[in-house]
Amino acid sequence: MKKLLKYLSNYKRESILGPLFKLLEASFELLVPLVMATVIDIGIKNHDVTYILSMGGLLVVLGIIGLTCSITAQYFAAKAAAGFGTSLRNDLFAHINTLSYQEIDTIGTATLITRMTSDVNQVQSGVNLFLRLFLRSPFVVLGAMIMAFTIDIKAALIFVVSIPVLSAVVFGIMLYSMPLYKKVQMQLDRVLLAARENLGGVRVIRAFNRQNDEVRRFDEENGMLVKFQVFVGKISALMNPLTYVIINLAIIVLINTGANRVQTGNITQGQVVALVNYMSQILVELVKLANLIITISKALACANRISFVFTMEPGIKDTNHNHVKGKTDSPKVEFNQVSLFYQGAKAESLRGIGFCARKGETIGIIGGTGSGKSTLVNVIPRFYDVSQGSVRVDGIDVREYPQGQLREMVGIVPQKAVLFKGSIRENMQWGKKDASDEEIYRALTIAQAKEFVDEKGEGLDFLIQAGGKNLSGGQRQRLTIARAIVKNPQILILDDSASALDFATDARLRKAIKEETRDMTVFLVSQRASTIKNADRIVVLEDGRMAGCGKHGELMESCEVYREICLSQLSEKEVQ
Amino acid sequence: MNIKKHKSTVKRILNKIGKYKWSVMASLFCAFLTVVFTLYIPILIGRAIDCIVGAGKVDFKTMGVILTQMGIVILVTAAAQWVMSHINNQITYRVVKDIRTQAFNKLESLPLKYIDSHAHGDIISRIIADIDQFSDGLLMGFTQLFTGVLTILGTLAFMFYINPLIAALVVLVTPLSLFVASFIAKRTYSMFRMQSQTRGVMTSLVEELLGNQKVVKAFAYEDEAQKKFETINEELRVWGLKATFFSSITNPSTRFVNSLVYACVGIAGAIAAVNGLLTVGQLSSFLSYANQYTKPFNEISGVVTELQNALASAARVFELIDEESEIPDDSQAVVLKHARGEVVLEHVDFSYNQEVPLIEDMNLCAAQGKRIAIVGPTGCGKSTVINLLMRFYDVNAGAIKVDGNDIRHITRESLRSSYGMVLQETWLKTGTIRENIAYGKPDASEEQIVTAAKEAHAHSFISRMPQGYDTIISEDGGNLSQGQKQLLCIARVMLCLPPILILDEATSSIDTRTELKIQKAFAKMMEGRTSFIVAHRLSTIKEADVILVMRDGHIIEQGTHENLLSENGFYAQLYNSQFAI
Repeated sequence: MKKLLKYLSNYKRESILGPLFKLLEASFELLVPLVMATVIDIGIKNHDVTYILSMGGLLVVLGIIGLTCSITAQYFAAKAAAGFGTSLRNDLFAHINTLSYQEIDTIGTATLITRMTSDVNQVQSGVNLFLRLFLRSPFVVLGAMIMAFTIDIKAALIFVVSIPVLSAVVFGIMLYSMPLYKKVQMQLDRVLLAARENLGGVRVIRAFNRQNDEVRRFDEENGMLVKFQVFVGKISALMNPLTYVIINLAIIVLINTGANRVQTGNITQGQVVALVNYMSQILVELVKLANLIITISKALACANRISFVFTMEPGIKDTNHNHVKGKTDSPKVEFNQVSLFYQGAKAESLRGIGFCARKGETIGIIGGTGSGKSTLVNVIPRFYDVSQGSVRVDGIDVREYPQGQLREMVGIVPQKAVLFKGSIRENMQWGKKDASDEEIYRALTIAQAKEFVDEKGEGLDFLIQAGGKNLSGGQRQRLTIARAIVKNPQILILDDSASALDFATDARLRKAIKEETRDMTVFLVSQRASTIKNADRIVVLEDGRMAGCGKHGELMESCEVYREICLSQLSEKEVQ
Repeated sequence: MNIKKHKSTVKRILNKIGKYKWSVMASLFCAFLTVVFTLYIPILIGRAIDCIVGAGKVDFKTMGVILTQMGIVILVTAAAQWVMSHINNQITYRVVKDIRTQAFNKLESLPLKYIDSHAHGDIISRIIADIDQFSDGLLMGFTQLFTGVLTILGTLAFMFYINPLIAALVVLVTPLSLFVASFIAKRTYSMFRMQSQTRGVMTSLVEELLGNQKVVKAFAYEDEAQKKFETINEELRVWGLKATFFSSITNPSTRFVNSLVYACVGIAGAIAAVNGLLTVGQLSSFLSYANQYTKPFNEISGVVTELQNALASAARVFELIDEESEIPDDSQAVVLKHARGEVVLEHVDFSYNQEVPLIEDMNLCAAQGKRIAIVGPTGCGKSTVINLLMRFYDVNAGAIKVDGNDIRHITRESLRSSYGMVLQETWLKTGTIRENIAYGKPDASEEQIVTAAKEAHAHSFISRMPQGYDTIISEDGGNLSQGQKQLLCIARVMLCLPPILILDEATSSIDTRTELKIQKAFAKMMEGRTSFIVAHRLSTIKEADVILVMRDGHIIEQGTHENLLSENGFYAQLYNSQFAI
């Protein structure tokens, strides 16, 4: 939380003035019962109508001052909170942008999104409430007691006793029920899960005729939920009656004591009325305070979740910010005994990988699921750092390049075809900000996407919905390939990115890439033997190790794993 | 129309609550007691204060009686209040439970057509969020409305009882408070709408950019992203400030109106007291009424919106409950026992959408124990055939027969348990691996489970997991790879071994070497069983007895692998394109 406080420092003035004005308002509110007491004791007693009217006027004036103070306070609080939230969001967003794949994998994007949106909102409204109420409520409670002391010490002692008792009840019930509410929420999540599972798995559930079991299970979860809810409800239902009893018993005692004090002439009737009024004020404020504490503790939890993101250091940082000039006589990409351990993994994902790719070559990478294919290509643009060995581009270790320069050189098409809301043109310009329509069309043609883009009628202005929902899987894949080609990178990586294409389109795509971009070094990751069969070099991976490296013919001779993969997909004749 | 809809919704809700008629009556009675007694307390306090006139003039005897009365009233009120909230809780949660159970039961009997064509998020929010909203808003709102109105009426009655003139004064000032509150509320509403709209835009931007952070990084797009974000963030700041500020002046403003009422009552009461029309105690009762009088008004305006939301939510829930269920099994439906596995399609027509024809006049005869492979481009109707075989959907015309019985005259349960199905989308339950493998046969022995897992080549990775067969699969199988999930789905079917098998892209996520090994298990499993295999890897279906080549809902070619290749038609084209470069 401390870390986040600095975002309030731009609003120091507001953060101090807000609560201050709130206190002023509260002070004026505390004066009201005293004014009424004088009305009773002086105005009514002496039949002094002028006095009554002037005191009534004073009440109105107090009201106006209170209103002004509190509106000022609300404004300052709102301004500080909104400003706080905004700069916190900007910084958080920027910070997340510096994180590398490693950190994103560890924390997960879903939670980053919640932290970025609803958590920040919670903290923001927590700050707002804090500035407005946190000083006010305790102040009114204590103030009421102090006012009671100014009237009569003996009567005030009743306040001294009842305030702690009331607080104990209010906070006790709150503290006791808070974890119970969490339990209810967790149970509700289970009910939600049951419902979601039954939708997603509807075919399997019906195929195995398990509907009745699912209903039974849902009834159980749902029954548990009701049990919890009724229990928590029972506890919370105690709050109102208990506080009501305490406050009113205190008032009975207060009237009784007051009566004795009036009898002996220590205080007046009007002052008894004022004391009763103060007592009633306390309850309202204590309940407000308890609610506030709940909101604030929730906001604090959110704040901690946000702080945690800020403590995550980007695992990959630039050590060198200057443009690096590569050596022209070196291989384009070179792997030197590369090993890689993912954080928290039991075994290494890559081990002792070594091979090189010359300018213009096509490298095929094949292997079973989980053999390390994606990891291998992800270390080229330095999305992950290798644990041992090195990866060189143009003869220079990738860690010596500024990340910007390195990624400028590499175009990657990830497995998951992601497009963004906006026109096709805007999406294509991700690769190159000022790409002309001509350049874009060239890329679309290579990626076998021009035909369907033309069919859309709006051409490049066709609006892609969020997540590319209005396109088929194959269309999305071709557009993501085009996006990488627009960039005209020196190194192009296709990470199993043609899986949704039929074999014919896949073949045409590879042919076009080969013909149109002769200088590009291309890495083709695939599970399909046919896709990589004609590559200049094929790297065969198994469990993170290189099981073979060479041309198709050579590997068929020498590499058992490769031969098995090919034979499982192609017929004897096609393999040749 | 809206009002009409509201009316019928209200009727149904009352119907649901009707079961708890007596509880509702008791709750209302307690509410009545609570309100009347709560309002009676200020009068008692006033009377007690009237006993305290001044030094040496205190009437302790009368005061003692009044204070005792007060004590009793307080205890009764508290008890009534507690009983009321307890009863309300019970009613609320019971009604919610009833409705939720009903909604879930509906879920299990809804036709697949509904589930496939509606966003799951929407259905879930009806079962969870809407029912919650309904319970919060409607039942809580109802009691609040009831006590609120009662409090207003009661306060008025008590005030008029003490002093009609001052009471009339209070009534006159009241509209001011309502006016101020609604004035602010109206203005705030539009600000809030703008704020939530901006928030929505921002959330979708954040979801898009942060959700695909890896792409952002791959294209070094961070600066652009930051710029986009900051623009919308600034907009949110402006609206956020306005919305927060305007909504937060509601309280001070109504408080101010309240203090005006208070001052008026104070002055008028004091003047009346001077003229002997009012005692000091009565003035103090009046003042405390003046303090609480406007509160229920503000609450009620809130309750009305709550109620409207609740009604809307209830209507959405009822809509789901009213959806038509699957046509029930007909009364003469046969129970298919030990099916031989002969499947025949006769002149089958089917489409999901009447305007877009899909399957037309499809005929097929799968003799017992044959292997039928279905291939064709995406969208040609391969998976639809499976939907029809399993009777997830009913044919529009024609018939599907198993062992000579039209499947519409076979009980769904026995029909479906004659099929073993592995789909491309690998659905697993949250639960242990063991539970998942035994999903189709909950009473399977440990030995059978392990054997099935071994046959599906899943045993080795399961034993490598930290808790082996007791490893809990998290929601959506997050801790397993796609391929591992598929192996578990295969093991699940291996355990049941029904007479007919359906494998829809069953090995699409498994690498081909592992697949080759599983094929052997499949081959063994398929022995003597009729099987339908859908695949886009043509290598996996070469062994089939019949290959159906589908295109646009029609079977365009049919035959064995060799036949089809020599015909040199669409199949040959598909097959050869695999290897072209």
